[in-house]
Amino acid sequence: MKSTSSIDLSGRVAFITGSTRGIGWAVARILAENGAAIILNGRSSPERLHSRIGEICSRFDVPVEGILADVSDPRAISRAYRSIHSQFGRLDILVNNAGVLEDAVLGMIGEAGLRRLFETNTAGVIHSLQAASRLMKRNGGGSIVNISSIVGVEGNRGQVAYSATKAAILGISKSAAKELAGDNIRVNAVAPGFIDTDMVRNLSDTIRKENIARIGMGRIGSPEDVARAVLFLVSDLSTYVTGQILGVDGGMVI
Amino acid sequence: MNEKKLKEAFMRAFDLSPDRDFEALGYRKIEAWTSVGHMRLISEIEEIFDVMLDTEEILDLSSFSKAKEILAHHEIDFQH
Repeated sequence: MKSTSSIDLSGRVAFITGSTRGIGWAVARILAENGAAIILNGRSSPERLHSRIGEICSRFDVPVEGILADVSDPRAISRAYRSIHSQFGRLDILVNNAGVLEDAVLGMIGEAGLRRLFETNTAGVIHSLQAASRLMKRNGGGSIVNISSIVGVEGNRGQVAYSATKAAILGISKSAAKELAGDNIRVNAVAPGFIDTDMVRNLSDTIRKENIARIGMGRIGSPEDVARAVLFLVSDLSTYVTGQILGVDGGMVI
Repeated sequence: MNEKKLKEAFMRAFDLSPDRDFEALGYRKIEAWTSVGHMRLISEIEEIFDVMLDTEEILDLSSFSKAKEILAHHEIDFQH
């Protein structure tokens, strides 16, 4: 089934953070499929990053580059955007997907873990937004999608810290949308539900079943389910949509 | 040449006349140089010189002379 044939992203440059696995990788593939030049990003494995670059090159006729950078490091982010500027000279699409998941009940949240969560999931998004928006302004606008989570909207037991970082993304997205609308830069967020990625693959069968039981559509979501929502938000199908939170959760209740 | 380009960036960002004393300009020292005006200035500078500044550099760019100092780190020459 190909329901996105009317979307044409050719000539546009897309940077997807955390794009060597899971949702980010699915987003990179669908944006490449629709013609965008792709800049992949991974944190720590040059081998995986190079392998993913090869996969995009072999399947899609689009320019592709890879940037190894930890989004929690502002200097690394700065270097990444300098590289985008020197190699592509523009940026049209940013998908802030990189994130870390650490579950802990309220009394067990340690300072180091708390800092790690906020530096990656929240500060990383802000640093990336700062540089991306300046590049986008130069070419008359762009579209930014920040990946939040259903737990950022609804909260969840055992995820006080993680959900706080994902809730922060909602505030960031709404505020940045207001600040950047005049520059024709749209900022939206996607809030995925229970998605079949490495992050949830380690869960026990019992917990998986419990989660699936709370999903109206009765199945776990795929990274591609989320990627299609991102595609809509970065495409010209949503040119008047900004500051919105799009849930992609199959009707999950938590 | 680059000094003239930098003056153009300031003039465009803050709607200044060319005979302004640029060396006397400072962040929040003139009405137009607010935080919003500052980001307008950064956009002008980045576009005119085709550079990307770091956040720390952006926060540090508080005067005309400081702008020259920061741009010198991006191989923009103000000596000739």
